[in-house]
Amino acid sequence: MTDVASPTTTRKDWASDQEVRWCPGCGDYSILAAVQFLLPELDVKRENTVFVSGIGCAARFPYYMNTYGMHSIHGRAPAIASGLALSRPDLDVWIVTGDGDALSIGGNHLIHALRRNVNLTILLFNNQIYGLTKGQFSPTSESGKVTKSTPFGSLDHPFNPLSVALGAEATFVARTHDMDRKHMMETFRRAHAHRGAAFVEIYQNCNVFNDGAFEQITGRDQRADMLIQLEHGRPIRFGKDAEKGVVLDPDGTLRVVEVAEVGEDAILVHDERRENPSLAFMLSRLANGPYEPTPVGVFRAVERPDYGSLVDAQLAEVRERKGSGDLEALLRSGTTWTVT
Amino acid sequence: MSSTLDRPRDSKVALIRGVVVRFAGDSGDGMQVTGDRFTTGSALFGNDLATLPSFPAEIRAPAGTLAGVSAFQVHIADHDILTPGDAPSVLVAMNPAALRANVGDLATGGTVILNADAFDERALEKAGYTTDPRSDGSLASFLVYEVPMTSLTLEACKPTGAKPREAERSKNFLALGLVSWLYHRPVDVTLDWIAERYAKNPTVVAANSLAFRAGYNFGETAELFESSYEIPASHLEPGTYTNVTGNTALAWGLVAASQRSGLPLFLGSYPITPASDLLHELAKQKHFGVRTFQAEDEIAGVGAALGAAFGGSLGVTTTSGPGLDLKSETIGLAVSLELPLLVIDVQRGGPSTGLPTKTEQSDLLHAMFGRHGEAPVPIVAARTPSHCFEAAMEAVRIAVRYRTPVILLSDGYLANGSEPWRLPDVDTLPTIDPGFAVETNYTDAEGNPLFWPYLRDAETLARPWAVPGTPGLEHRVGGLEKADGTGNVSYDPANHEQMVRLRAAKIAGIAKDIPPVEVDDPDGARVLVLGWGSTYGAITAAVRRVRAAGLRVAQAHLVHLNPFPANLGEVLAGYDRVLVPEANLGHLSKLVRADFLVDAVALSKVQGTPFKVAEIEQAIADLIALDEHVEPIVASGEEELV
Repeated sequence: MTDVASPTTTRKDWASDQEVRWCPGCGDYSILAAVQFLLPELDVKRENTVFVSGIGCAARFPYYMNTYGMHSIHGRAPAIASGLALSRPDLDVWIVTGDGDALSIGGNHLIHALRRNVNLTILLFNNQIYGLTKGQFSPTSESGKVTKSTPFGSLDHPFNPLSVALGAEATFVARTHDMDRKHMMETFRRAHAHRGAAFVEIYQNCNVFNDGAFEQITGRDQRADMLIQLEHGRPIRFGKDAEKGVVLDPDGTLRVVEVAEVGEDAILVHDERRENPSLAFMLSRLANGPYEPTPVGVFRAVERPDYGSLVDAQLAEVRERKGSGDLEALLRSGTTWTVT
Repeated sequence: MSSTLDRPRDSKVALIRGVVVRFAGDSGDGMQVTGDRFTTGSALFGNDLATLPSFPAEIRAPAGTLAGVSAFQVHIADHDILTPGDAPSVLVAMNPAALRANVGDLATGGTVILNADAFDERALEKAGYTTDPRSDGSLASFLVYEVPMTSLTLEACKPTGAKPREAERSKNFLALGLVSWLYHRPVDVTLDWIAERYAKNPTVVAANSLAFRAGYNFGETAELFESSYEIPASHLEPGTYTNVTGNTALAWGLVAASQRSGLPLFLGSYPITPASDLLHELAKQKHFGVRTFQAEDEIAGVGAALGAAFGGSLGVTTTSGPGLDLKSETIGLAVSLELPLLVIDVQRGGPSTGLPTKTEQSDLLHAMFGRHGEAPVPIVAARTPSHCFEAAMEAVRIAVRYRTPVILLSDGYLANGSEPWRLPDVDTLPTIDPGFAVETNYTDAEGNPLFWPYLRDAETLARPWAVPGTPGLEHRVGGLEKADGTGNVSYDPANHEQMVRLRAAKIAGIAKDIPPVEVDDPDGARVLVLGWGSTYGAITAAVRRVRAAGLRVAQAHLVHLNPFPANLGEVLAGYDRVLVPEANLGHLSKLVRADFLVDAVALSKVQGTPFKVAEIEQAIADLIALDEHVEPIVASGEEELV
């Protein structure tokens, strides 16, 4: 968590000259600001940084960054970014995506990028609605939601993005929200520092089509009681006076309790480095929606070789064994004969 | 034991100029290996050759059934040949199903060598025979040799101690030995290969070698065959040769393009018949710095390739028809990004899953038009298995020079078929200059140096390729319309039209950078045969036959399908009639009719098999007759001789 002593760039250096065109009041602005404030603090260069996105409101993000960037097609950013990251291990490759882009049309690419542990930093802006197509339900919208495409209420059961990521055995899984720049910056900093696929869900307010979706937990007055800050090695407690906590019941379920009732020793201690993702999975499902006490912070951060390093190691190993490729020898590797 | 087998001087030998042999058996009988070994032996002997493997889409269809029959046809000759042959003159049938599935193709008077041990009642019934074809007169027009291949194999393999069930598996080598005797094929080559290929299992080496020798000796001693045949070596151009399939040559062409451009090769691919061997072959070439990425689906395969291209790699994706459908949106993105990307489509029978293991040329219009919006893509088509090497390099050259996705069309026939290939001198292969942008290219009114990612090269109209890691050239690309020059997002109507026209002009302009189409017309013909892709061999052979019959016909074959060579319109205008044979319902014929107002006649065939020479020969002869108002000649069906 140490900042670079004297950043050589400022936020301005990381902003492109393009006018930002999200709706006034959109949560995307604060996420963009958090990233642009963070990057000068990291020991990275603009020319080695690439933002890749798919389609959706969030996907316009790369246009606003003065780095290399690609605004690609719907859902495919993880596939495109995988090719880039695997062929250029020297680059910092970020993906900016939304709930529809990542979990609906691009769900397949997301889970495979995560399971392979490609060296990517994935920021999923979850606003639980389709914004750019003007207000249809998304794969994270709550059941029963009335939208333009569900005038009688949505019948879909929603995805929990963190459960999906943990199910795919992502090595870094975290959640933050657009109302807290400091928390976003710290979460993004850790995600960026992680070697492998880092997945961050950001609760993001769409003030036009789904305003206030997270207000019950992210509002300034609600946060203390509704956001559970996960810290590695610390008991999972929350509330203004840390009076509440999470316990693991003998039947294997997690439960929110009053600390006074169960005693401090009974509170579950958060271990983000636990190899088995099951407990993190259960934590991701502690709340049934953004109206119950909801954990934020880093759920899981384990080390596993990233896919690109494995690819490079295999190339090096084969080169070591066979020597560098010789085209002449390749063409003559089958049976040959000479006609004179 | 001596590694060569002696041939007694008194055995009768006939000299022939060529033969077409088809090996047929169950999917598990090793017919592909048998055919492949016979081919290699013939290649090393110095014959010219062409092969046509044919296998079912199922991995192991029920044994003994028609659905499970796998075959390998090889045409060997003492002269320059162009096709695997219209009809086999020798059929080796390992069981009744193999006989029934293939005997219809056999030339009248042809030879059948069958495994007599496999013709029991149950096997006959499985194959759908109600009577035994050996005795019911249905094979009367053929010369039939019944060889007890299974029992000969078991007997030969006794010294190895292999169990009968295992020993029996060597019977394909017995068949190979017999046919090798019949056509005087070299023996050492096969024995050496067996020893190397099965080195890990000495029992198998012994069994296969013994079966092979037993087959060879059976031919010599059984006095069943009236004669054996010698096919003299062909007069190939001097050089070093190897026998390649289209898929191998194509994969090697990609490695060569990577080496000659200095661009690391990144293949994003998803397994699909008949393109998977490209992935397999490239996966072996890691010491060339080749990265192969077996993606989660076709879309991810092309997406990863495009991502790698953005990063400065040679991005390639390989697929077949259904995969091309799925890649369409990403190819459109690559058109907008104007990045080099190579999409290889090994065509197969469609629509939908269609005929996965059978050939067709029915993706040309998809390659040409299969994207929304105005999204032109250059198309290159390989014409023979070995030409796949050159076609791959040419496709990469165009992709890199013009910063564009290119579709390279191969097909199932080229992919799995093989021919001898005179190896090129690698030092004389063309080089490809990536020409990466390394500095700013524009100065604004205040004198600030800027990088404009869509500022075009005046000659090629290509935009600069600036890869991440290059300081000062940071820029954003994307699928939204770009402002000409700056590359910023633009919804301006006039700019959109300008960009649509620029992208079209860039691709059309490639015509200046490709060779004119060559016309082979020694006699001043009035009829032209225009082809593309894998019909090359059959068309060329048909043209030779027609000329041998005293008629005049011209031939031209396209490698570049988009844009067409600059002289194509003029060439077509020079003939009264144009015949376009293609394995589809008329794709190229539609394109040339639309572009040049020429009354091109399509000769279509969509049976999953390549054209027979005689089919094209007849169509040419008919068209000449129509043109000259004379009675058509009847296709000779003669083996083409030069």
